[in-house]
Amino acid sequence: MTTETINESLDDVHNDDHHDHKMTGIKRWLYTTNHKDIGTLYLWFSFIMLLTGGALAMVIRAELFQPGLQIVEPDFFNQLTTVHGLIMVFGAIMPAFTGFANWMIPMMIGAPDMALPRMNNWSFWILPFAFAILLGSFFMESGAPNFGWTFYAPLSTTYSNGSTAFFVFAVHIMGISSIMGAINIVVTIMNLRAPGMTYMKMPLFVWTFFITGYLLIAVMPVLAGVVTMLLTDTYFGTSFFDAAGGGDPVMFQHIFWFFGHPEVYIMILPAFGIVSTIIPAFSRKKLFGYSSMVYATSSIALLSFIVWAHHMFTTGMPLFGELFFMYCTMLIAVPTGVKVFNWVATMWRGSLTFETPMLFSIAFVILFTIGGFSGLMLALTPVDFQYHDTYFVVAHFHYVLVTGSLFSIYAGAYFWLPKWTGHMYNESLAKWHFWCSLISVNLLFFPMHFLGLAGMPRRIPDYALQFADFNKWVSIGGFAFGLSQLIFLAVVIKCIKGGDKAPAKPWDGAEGLEWTVASPAPYHTFSTPPKVD
Amino acid sequence: MSEGTEQEVIKQQNNSKVIKKLVLVVFAMFGFGFALVPLYDVFCDITGLNGKTNSSGVAYAADGIDTSRTIKVQFITRMAKGIPWQFEPVTNEISVHPGEMKFVNFYAKNKSHRDIIGQAVPSVSPGIAAGYFQKIECFCFTQQPLKAGEEVEMGLQFYVDLDLPSEITTLTLSYTLYDISGKVDS
Repeated sequence: MTTETINESLDDVHNDDHHDHKMTGIKRWLYTTNHKDIGTLYLWFSFIMLLTGGALAMVIRAELFQPGLQIVEPDFFNQLTTVHGLIMVFGAIMPAFTGFANWMIPMMIGAPDMALPRMNNWSFWILPFAFAILLGSFFMESGAPNFGWTFYAPLSTTYSNGSTAFFVFAVHIMGISSIMGAINIVVTIMNLRAPGMTYMKMPLFVWTFFITGYLLIAVMPVLAGVVTMLLTDTYFGTSFFDAAGGGDPVMFQHIFWFFGHPEVYIMILPAFGIVSTIIPAFSRKKLFGYSSMVYATSSIALLSFIVWAHHMFTTGMPLFGELFFMYCTMLIAVPTGVKVFNWVATMWRGSLTFETPMLFSIAFVILFTIGGFSGLMLALTPVDFQYHDTYFVVAHFHYVLVTGSLFSIYAGAYFWLPKWTGHMYNESLAKWHFWCSLISVNLLFFPMHFLGLAGMPRRIPDYALQFADFNKWVSIGGFAFGLSQLIFLAVVIKCIKGGDKAPAKPWDGAEGLEWTVASPAPYHTFSTPPKVD
Repeated sequence: MSEGTEQEVIKQQNNSKVIKKLVLVVFAMFGFGFALVPLYDVFCDITGLNGKTNSSGVAYAADGIDTSRTIKVQFITRMAKGIPWQFEPVTNEISVHPGEMKFVNFYAKNKSHRDIIGQAVPSVSPGIAAGYFQKIECFCFTQQPLKAGEEVEMGLQFYVDLDLPSEITTLTLSYTLYDISGKVDS
């Protein structure tokens, strides 16, 4: 108690011109409007959700370890896959990026805080309730949602197990949280940049979050709309997706994927930003083709609005539609290719060193590209009829979301941990985390490509005997990958508790305003904006 | 200090301008989600994308009969979950020339002990052909109330447009029968 008082009074000395000084204990976190505190909350929350969603995946992989039904019933298996997907998308990846945005954007653009600090507090603190509702439905009579994270009607309406209302309200809250977070990010970037920081001088990290913010503002309301339609279809007798009343279940898929495709870029554009920050730092070179990166990110965002129906090739679209969506989808490979080549060109003839953030970033570039290639294969309409709803699709989106988004989050976490905690993390333990993750994640997801090509459908608790060997290896990879993430937890806890003192700029090649402040970053930074030339 | 507050005020005004715009976008996009519903219907109406056929009768308007082409028209029926009816086409398949008018019957029987109002919803496959399948008279235009145990033969009169794309040689007309008693009552 006395030390806390001393700390508090010390803070008061340092920040005597600020009204909001740190409160103590739980109140500090409940009432905080400080971007760094909220960033920390987001990051911890997303890590807890990662472990929760991961635990569900462990049960899924345990069930799939061998053919036949061993551990769970098919209906419960469906609940596991559904909630696993929802938690990883809305609970792990998206909040982690919001955490990065909160922590780093004000420090990168020389702003004292986010533009809307009180709303920032709200947008975080409603999230735990959303996931309490979602996870709580496991303990309800109905069980958790079992209709897949894509909640296609009529699975989620006519044939729902009764969990639709819980699901809808959880998604509403997540959506409101994301929209508030996105508005905050966009307003901060538009209005709080340090004098002299023009848009084209912003770090690419800030650019990607800026564009992601706009994507969120554009499509999260559509998600809110479509789940509202589900709700009224299920409980209030409307017929948006019910053919009996003149509705159309295929329309559900159109509206859902109109949200859903930009959503996948919401989960990868910030990853591009993180990797574009880290690769130059450890190559000791400027990012190759900064402006082309900005334009590539923007074109990916724009194209994401006109490709949604590539998720629906098998719904009986006319040939023209299939061709249109196929070519538009393949067009996205162009700006994405620009990015990949820019990263490689940044590394070309650089003075590379391979600290853990760099290792994760390089793994990101290679493995995300593999995920991109399988995406291209899926974009081809004729072959999509074979790949649709198989493990090939599962392999594809796990390569882009796990070895893509999640690896970039790890890269970023290691990169900025010294700035966040003031201590260097344990490099050798971190390397263990990297190599264990890298090997196990490929053992986990790579054989899924072959399973899919051989015809193993996704979302099934049991499978034909010929898939048994691969599934065994996939499960072993899954367990190993799950356990490897505990190493990360250990690294972070060790780093918070102590370790070598981190200098203001622990990475000699790093650039940006965040390295001009001390490590750990003081509670308030850039109260007077820095000058940027 | 006073200079600082002045800047703060300007900053806040700027903020609220941007916030207002963004919130407007949020509401507009929420509305857009719902606007997609009628837009989708209109779009499908024009292009015939989703296999929906005309929902009220049209007058016969073909310019003669093209006897050089023969189109196979198949009829299938299915019962939605929970409707205790028997519902099947009397003729499973007929051949028509484009422009030729045909009349077929469907048989329905309410096998339950309660009165039920049914609604048959048609769908044509391939979807692109839906716009060329013209129904002059169809039981699906109205609801079908059947008393307990009652049976009925219901007619469908149709023709296929002369300009049906030449690659289409077979049309499948599928009826799904729904129990809408609850919805009609309320």
